[in-house]
Amino acid sequence: MPGTANRPWYGTAPGVEGTLTMLEALQYEFMRNALIAGLLAAVACGIVGVYVVVKRIVFISGGIAHASFGGIGLGYFLGINPIIGALFFSLASGLAIGGIIRRTRLPADTAIGILWAVGMALGVVFIALTPGYAPDLMSYLFGSILTVPFSDIVLMLVLVAVIIGVVAALYKEYLILSFDEEYGTVAGVPVERLYLLLLAMIALTVVVLIQVVGMILVIALLTFPAAMARQFTHNMKTMMLLSVLFGFLFTLGGLWLSYELKLPSGATIVLLGGVTLALSLGLSWLRMRYHRTRRVA
Amino acid sequence: MDAPAIVELKDIWVSYGEVPALENVSLSVFEHDFLGIIGPNGGGKSTLLKVILGLIRPQYGSVSVFGQSPEQARGHLGYVSQRYLFDRDFPASVWDVVLMGRYSRAGILRRYDDRDRAEAEKALAIVGMLEQRGKQIGRLSGGQQQRVFVARALVAEPRLLLLDEPTASIDSTMQTEFYDLLEGLKDSLTIVMVSHDIGAVSVHVDKIACLNRQMYYHGSKEITPEILEATYQCPVQLIAHGTVPHRVLREH
Repeated sequence: MPGTANRPWYGTAPGVEGTLTMLEALQYEFMRNALIAGLLAAVACGIVGVYVVVKRIVFISGGIAHASFGGIGLGYFLGINPIIGALFFSLASGLAIGGIIRRTRLPADTAIGILWAVGMALGVVFIALTPGYAPDLMSYLFGSILTVPFSDIVLMLVLVAVIIGVVAALYKEYLILSFDEEYGTVAGVPVERLYLLLLAMIALTVVVLIQVVGMILVIALLTFPAAMARQFTHNMKTMMLLSVLFGFLFTLGGLWLSYELKLPSGATIVLLGGVTLALSLGLSWLRMRYHRTRRVA
Repeated sequence: MDAPAIVELKDIWVSYGEVPALENVSLSVFEHDFLGIIGPNGGGKSTLLKVILGLIRPQYGSVSVFGQSPEQARGHLGYVSQRYLFDRDFPASVWDVVLMGRYSRAGILRRYDDRDRAEAEKALAIVGMLEQRGKQIGRLSGGQQQRVFVARALVAEPRLLLLDEPTASIDSTMQTEFYDLLEGLKDSLTIVMVSHDIGAVSVHVDKIACLNRQMYYHGSKEITPEILEATYQCPVQLIAHGTVPHRVLREH
C-alpha cells in the first residue's frame, strides 16, 4: 500500500491533520466509512455487550478477542484478509472455550487463559513465518477506524445483521438464559446450544470491533456502553437501545477528540468511555449516599 | 391408594466425587400428595429434587416421572429453587420473570401470546403480586421474590410442583402467608417441598419424608411434632422404605 510509510500506526487521517474541521472532514470517504463503522460497532457491542455484562462473561469475551490474533497472523501467512482469519479464529476459540467450560472440569478462567495466550502466540508465530513486513498489524491490535476499507464495512454489516437477527428471534430464550440457566434447563430451553451461540455472537462482535478499537481494546466496547445503560433501566430491551446509543456516542466522541487532540482513535474512544462510565458510576454512588443519609436524618 | 405413583425413585445413588449425597434412596409420590422432605443440611434434599428434575443423573437407580424420564416429563414440572437472586440489578421486571414460566408452553422461537399473558396475570394474582408486576425483580424483598418464583412455576400449569427451601429467605409472618398460599394450591396439584423448617412442615404437609443421605419415609397424614423430632434425629441407617413405611415410624 503506497503512502503508508509516513502514516502513524494509530490511524490518524492521512494528509488532513489539523487543516480541516471534523465536519469538513466528513466530505471524505474515509471519514464517512469511519462513521458507518462506528455505528455498526455501536450496534453490535450495544446488543451483545448487554449479555456480556449481565451474564458476567466479560473475560470469556476478552479471551475470544485475544485468541483472534491467531487468525490475524494466519491471514497474513496465507495472504488473505486478516479480518477473515480473525473471524474464523474468534469463532473457533469461542466454541472451544464454551465447550471446555460446559463439558470438562477445567475451571473457566483456566480455559480462558489457555485460549487467550495460545491464540496470541499462534498469531506471533504465523507473522514470523510470513516473509516480509506485516503492514497494518498495529491497526488490528489498537484499531484504526479511519482506515476501514469499504469491503470490511460490508462484512461488518453482514455480521451485525446476523447478530440482530439472532437476538430478535431468540430474545425470550436469552432472557431466561441470562437470568437463570438452571430454570431454563428445567423449562426445556436448549441452554447449552444457546450458550455456544451466544459465544459465537461475541466472536462476530469481536471481529466488528477489531476495526474500531483493535482487538486489545475490544473488551472495553463490550462492557462500557452496557454498564452505562444498566444504570438507567431495568428492562433488557431498553438497556440494549441505550447501550447502542452510548456505544455510538463513545465512538463518535472519541473519534472527534482523537481528531482534535491528534491522539490514536481506538485508545481515545476507550478512554472517553472509561471516564464517562467512572463519572456516572461515581454520581450514582453519591446520589445513593445522599438519599441514605437523608433517610437516616 | 391404587393409582400409580407419579414420581417413582428406585435405589438411587448419587455422589459428588468421593462424597456420597444419596444412598439407596427410594421414594414414591402420588397424585395430590403434599409431601415435605426434611433433614439436616447436606442430607441430600436439594439433590433429590434435582434428580426428579433430571438436573442430576444418579450413578445408580431408576427415575420415573409421570411414567417418563425426567427430561421428557419436564413440561409437567414446576420448580422453585433455593437459590436467591444474586444479581439485584438484573434488568428484568416481575412481569418478565413470570412470563419466563410460559416458555415450556410457548416453545422456542415463538413469542408469548395473549393466553400466556393471561396465565401470567392469573398466577401473579394467586401469589398476591399482581400490583408489583412492573417492579424490577431485584428490588423486591426475599419473600416477594419467592412469591414471584412460585408464580413463575405456576404459569407453566405444572402437575407437580417442586419447592426447595421456599421459606428460607422469608420472615416468619410472611411464612404463614406462604403456607396459606400452598394450602390453596394443594387441591389442584401435587407438591413436594424440601425444608429444614420441621415445625412448619409438620403443620402444613400431608406426608413427610426424612432424608439424611438415606431415606426415612413416612406416609401418614397424622403427624405429630414428637414423631418428627424422633425421625429427624434418626441415626444414619435405613429404617424404612417401601409401601407401608409409616408403621415403622410409629414404632420408633
